Amino acid sequence: MGNLRFRDDAALDQPAVALSAFLDQSNATAVRLEPGEDARLLIPHLDRIALVEVAFPKFRDGRGYSAARILREAGYAGELRAQGDVLVDQIREMRRCGFDSFVPDKPLDEAVVKTTLARYDNVYQRAADAAVPVWKLRHG
Amino acid sequence: MYKYDQYDQAIVDARVDEFRDQVRRRMAGEMTEDQFKPLRLMNGLYLQLHAYMLRVAIPYGTLDSRQMRMLAHIARKYDRDYGHFTTRQNIQYNWIKLEDAGDILADLATVEMHAIQTSGNCIRNISSDQYAGAAADEITDPRPWAELLRQWSTFHPEFSYLPRKFKIAVIAADEDRAAMRLHDIGIQLVERDGKLGAAFYVGGGMGRTPMVAPLIKDFVPIEDFLSYSEACLRVYNRYGRRDNIYKARIKILIHELGAEKYAAEVEQEFAHVKSLGIDPPAAELERIAAFFAPPAFEAGIADSVDRNDPDFAVWLDQNVKAHKQPGYAIVNISLKKTGDIPGDASSAQIDVMADIAKDYSFDELRVTHAQNIVLPHVAKRDLYAVWQKLVEADLAAANLDLISDIIACPGLDYCSLANARSIPVAQKIAKRFADPVRQRDLGELKLKISGCINACGHHHAGHIGILGVDKKGTENYQLSLGGSGAEDTSIGKITGPGFDEDGIVDAVERVTDKFIQLREGDERFLDTYRRVGFDPFKEAIYG
Repeated sequence: MGNLRFRDDAALDQPAVALSAFLDQSNATAVRLEPGEDARLLIPHLDRIALVEVAFPKFRDGRGYSAARILREAGYAGELRAQGDVLVDQIREMRRCGFDSFVPDKPLDEAVVKTTLARYDNVYQRAADAAVPVWKLRHG
Repeated sequence: MYKYDQYDQAIVDARVDEFRDQVRRRMAGEMTEDQFKPLRLMNGLYLQLHAYMLRVAIPYGTLDSRQMRMLAHIARKYDRDYGHFTTRQNIQYNWIKLEDAGDILADLATVEMHAIQTSGNCIRNISSDQYAGAAADEITDPRPWAELLRQWSTFHPEFSYLPRKFKIAVIAADEDRAAMRLHDIGIQLVERDGKLGAAFYVGGGMGRTPMVAPLIKDFVPIEDFLSYSEACLRVYNRYGRRDNIYKARIKILIHELGAEKYAAEVEQEFAHVKSLGIDPPAAELERIAAFFAPPAFEAGIADSVDRNDPDFAVWLDQNVKAHKQPGYAIVNISLKKTGDIPGDASSAQIDVMADIAKDYSFDELRVTHAQNIVLPHVAKRDLYAVWQKLVEADLAAANLDLISDIIACPGLDYCSLANARSIPVAQKIAKRFADPVRQRDLGELKLKISGCINACGHHHAGHIGILGVDKKGTENYQLSLGGSGAEDTSIGKITGPGFDEDGIVDAVERVTDKFIQLREGDERFLDTYRRVGFDPFKEAIYG
């Protein structure tokens, strides 16, 4: 299995352009963020974006997790894709940060993805997903 | 003591299952070692010089006798019958087999323990004051806040791949027993106008670039505690350096950005984060705090202790500290008897400490960052009986905070990062100063040894610090003076050229001899050093 997508809408058939190019041209609807780039620059343009692709050149570089949450917290509802060195054991955290599609360099094992995503019934903290933190379950 | 509910238990149980699966995939060759490494590290499993090392979390250093016995069981069943208590209030086992790791975690989960985030570039075990709940000078017990942070930071989805590891300490007293300002975030709970809040010190740390954390915000209202923490972490995750592992800690970011600019960034982030509903309701803190309610102390019991036995009296004066409750005392168990490996305890000793805690300390123990164990709530009438049991188990060294109460990392005897051995140096120094009268005459003297620049042995914060380095293939030891991990936090200054293993012991002795010569009144070594300065000692060392 190659790519993973957790959305019902049709995938966008347009290449993601670099952030600088995106900010210069008004008609692009897909943009790619490199790890050092500031996701907040996209906030004024969210209404015209259908896809944000966040690059993970190295799985250890976790800046993209914050980028994803910042976009979701700003109300972005389009596709949020993690691309690059994305490993199966990171999918759960990425989902929690708001990523809903994955284009990993190396294909992921579908069975392991499924088990991984189903393993934890509970979370301790609020994030960009719908999971209810246990403190909320404890106190309503 | 915090007790898991069904949610906490389910999370830890799921973790056991997850890690078993990760180990299985690694052993089946489905993952490369490079891919497995960050996963096992996030679970405290290191590949060391001779074997795997497993670090088990002891949240804020607090545990009960059942948990302590489990630590002994693991040492006995899966290791070589001993464990090593660490400067982060954890325990680590040095001789673990990869295939046993899942079973060990399953055993730990039965007593509400785990190894989650004891390593890796994530938020590590939260540390705290080992006298929490017992010290007279605290404004509140800091552990409920530490537990709140534990839960918030556990599998935090945004902060699992930080630029570098991240250590947080929480205290609630002016006397700092946890080296708070040498953490990535040091939090002191404070009161203002009758309201509880938190002072945030951010960007401290040891390692190759030691820094004392500057104050970033003097009063964070307590209802913003987690939001503010989240903002601190997000700014770091976004802007912390990732180009150079040695410059990736938050202290470097704050040093390069300036504390004010960092604080301004956090403030801006906080204004946004606060709107996300991250902070749990007050009821959650109350729920947690109820677990840390004071034990059922007896009122009106004897507040005096029979000092007839002179050996007991020595131990009493050195290792027993004042408790906030009349009739009770705080007992420190030193794991630093002359010749011991600092922080090591055999499974039999761990069991004995568990038994004593159960019988005499309301079933509670603490691990200290100085690698000792604390019985926090012992009735004074029981002190003699407790001491006798400790003597029997070889655990009654009366040297708390004396020169032989050495902090030392595992060093080149175990650690794959080390450049030099720490343990034999600690043993030789303890031997040189073995005379207890001489030690007591020297008074409080915190000596700390690291076997490499990473400073796990806290050498920067030692009144006397020793750093082992590799000098053209031979072990060499640098001496530093004047560090402190207490409320008067300071970083030690390197004296000059290093020494070989025996030379460093001689150099330490020249320093203490000079101190005896220079001290006035009741001065501690650190006081004299601060009064007279570096030069007289340097001259004494190098002539």
